[in-house]
Amino acid sequence: MTPTVVETGRKPASMAQALNRALRDAMAEDPSVHVMGEDVGALGGVFRITDGLTEEFGEDRCRDTPLAEAGILGTAVGMAMYGLRPVVEMQFDAFAYPAFEQLISHVARMRNRTRGAMPLPLTIRVPYGGGIGGVEHHSDSSEAYYLATPGLHVLTPATVADAYGMLRAAIASDDPVVFLEPKRLYWAKDDWSPENPTPVAPIGRAEIRRPGRSATLITYGPSVPVCLEAAEAATAEGWDLEVLDLRSLMPFDDETVCAAVRRTGRAVVVHEANGFGGPGGEIAARITERCFHHLEAPVLRVAGLDIPYPPPMLERHHLPGVDRILDTVARLQWEAGWTEGSGD
Amino acid sequence: MTVLEQSGSSRDFGHRNTEQWPAPPPAWRPRVDPAPLLPGAEPRRVLGTDAAGRLDAAFLTDLYERLVRGRRYNTQATALTRQGRLAVYPSSTGQEACQIAAALALKEQDWLFPSYRDTLAAVARGLDPVQALTLLRGDWHTGYDPHEHRIAPLCTPLATQLPHAVGLAHAARLKGDDVVALALVGDGGTSEGDFHEALNFAAVWQAPVVFLVQNNGFAISVPLEKQSAAPSLAHKAVGYGMPGHLVDGNDAPAVHEVLTEAVERARRGGGPTLVEAITYRIEAHTNADDATRYRTDSAVQEWRAHDPISLVERELEARGLLTQKFTGAVREGAEEMAADLRARMNQDPVLDPMDLFTHVYAEQTSQLREQAARLRAELEAETNAAPHGEPNAEGTAQEDRP
Ligand SMILES: Cc1ncc(C[n+]2csc(CCOP(=O)(O)OP(=O)(O)O)c2C)c(N)n1
Repeated sequence: MTPTVVETGRKPASMAQALNRALRDAMAEDPSVHVMGEDVGALGGVFRITDGLTEEFGEDRCRDTPLAEAGILGTAVGMAMYGLRPVVEMQFDAFAYPAFEQLISHVARMRNRTRGAMPLPLTIRVPYGGGIGGVEHHSDSSEAYYLATPGLHVLTPATVADAYGMLRAAIASDDPVVFLEPKRLYWAKDDWSPENPTPVAPIGRAEIRRPGRSATLITYGPSVPVCLEAAEAATAEGWDLEVLDLRSLMPFDDETVCAAVRRTGRAVVVHEANGFGGPGGEIAARITERCFHHLEAPVLRVAGLDIPYPPPMLERHHLPGVDRILDTVARLQWEAGWTEGSGD
Repeated sequence: MTVLEQSGSSRDFGHRNTEQWPAPPPAWRPRVDPAPLLPGAEPRRVLGTDAAGRLDAAFLTDLYERLVRGRRYNTQATALTRQGRLAVYPSSTGQEACQIAAALALKEQDWLFPSYRDTLAAVARGLDPVQALTLLRGDWHTGYDPHEHRIAPLCTPLATQLPHAVGLAHAARLKGDDVVALALVGDGGTSEGDFHEALNFAAVWQAPVVFLVQNNGFAISVPLEKQSAAPSLAHKAVGYGMPGHLVDGNDAPAVHEVLTEAVERARRGGGPTLVEAITYRIEAHTNADDATRYRTDSAVQEWRAHDPISLVERELEARGLLTQKFTGAVREGAEEMAADLRARMNQDPVLDPMDLFTHVYAEQTSQLREQAARLRAELEAETNAAPHGEPNAEGTAQEDRP
């Protein structure tokens, strides 16, 4: 790794830095891009994603709002109606809930209600997920709520390059985007050059992060590194696991997912949101509908437990970890003998 | 050209003929004279005024002792975050008077609805200091049975506990119970829709509830002037039809007096009150926050000179009650409390991961029973892999804030 760093001028950068850079570049290129939210100004956001934006672009472009999520998103709707491109920050996953009325009743369906006359190009950034020892209401994986709402794009990056590229694409999108930022990856670093950002696949496309032949782990956001680790560990068992990063939950890339499953014949969906009613059920159903004859085993899921997010000292029992993934993969090896209840 | 100019503003179309232009119907007029609802121009103070002479000596010494212990609790809990014993601690140093004096205005049967910063209010109501910290330590969300001391769970999503306080107070009144609810919220929280909805419900229902806003100047980094353009937060009361009061939040007897009056008023059936206590957040938002990014030290120094503990100290001194024997005993008591807190917080809490499934539903679902069985098998496999019973230790991260 080290020699390539010198050759390409790439340096380790964190996902937080890449997101900050994406906001900065979007604001510099397009004066209609406005950032707002709680503590996004002088503090630079509690995760420092908006660091320096007020200094550089002024308070009109990066604004500390009163503490009111419904108000933040509701005013953003009006701003978007008038031609701006608001990028709002919801401080934490569970604090976006007061804004759901605006999100579901207005943001998601304004284009539809107005027969296309009033699209809402706005981006809602939501730090989400657990694994950082947060106290209650700081670790929810809320993606299923968003996915249940037609009219929203739902994106979640897992790499530094994607964080930059996907946030730029989200802001450029003419539709509302819920941009889920895996907060436990904020400080994860990668070699990345802000001067020459790596082009990333367009939104709506999934990416194979690790090719493999035994089975495909289908995952996104915070679970991508966990699946990569599981795939490394699986080599000891002689399994060659593929890791597919969805990147975009809506639109959903059926094509890449089905191609992968047809190749390997086995699939496990991994995410930390609750399993019951979670995205994994939808994904498994789609695969079954499209790839049934290519499947060597049922599509299995590894998900968070069906409990409210636990206190930090117990969260490791909730989050899908390497062991739980490998145990599930082991069950894929059974060629026969499936019993009821073993497929969840 | 404006519309007025266009139509010729000087021409007489009969605008002054009041018979043809009757006044709006009387329903338009304010239903209540707003003047008695408005807060005074200055926050109420007791210490340093003639009113201080009325204060009972025993009340003052008790208050003093509680304030000193409260401060010590704050410094001890902050120290515990540095040792990794608490995931996070939102200190209430500088705000002890608001929390303690307010909680003391309640009777035993009353209810307290605190937010995450209000551990001292909960402890003042008799809650065990360790139980008040479990949320922040991370072993369970609420470390106590809310019914035991009539303290709702320390609430993290802002202002969302306020409608609960209204509902509980309303229900108690419907049942004919003599119960008042006191709900605490920060200055930032007053911007949330839930704050406004709670105040409106409380006033329309005339619920026996008191709202105390601890205005400590900041919502994390956002100063009050970016939060509200109202003359004061207490002024918001008039719009809902309840009285608003301003009080010096560092003057414990003043907070106690204003809150006692409001609680009594609610108890008599007089309806809700909004109180704004002016105070200051001396420490950063939490130990994870960098306050230098949004404020300078000078205001902090000014507020340190108006410290809630030294204000009471001055009154005790004037009365000759601030003897070395007394202050020594108070300090010793606070140290004992801190030592006990330290000792008990330094023990690893005994956790049973199977508890994760116990309280999701009254009756466990088949899905949860299945997941519980799987977790039990995982735990057994873990124990077998670590024969010395070493827990699979996983430290809690420090980056988070409530
Ligand atoms: C609904 C909601 N939005 C955002 C947050 C994140 N948050 C936690 S504390 C805080 C500031 C609160 O300020 P204030 O109400 O003044 O209370 P203080 O912390 O000063 O006591 C914010 C924005 C939250 N807890 N709940």
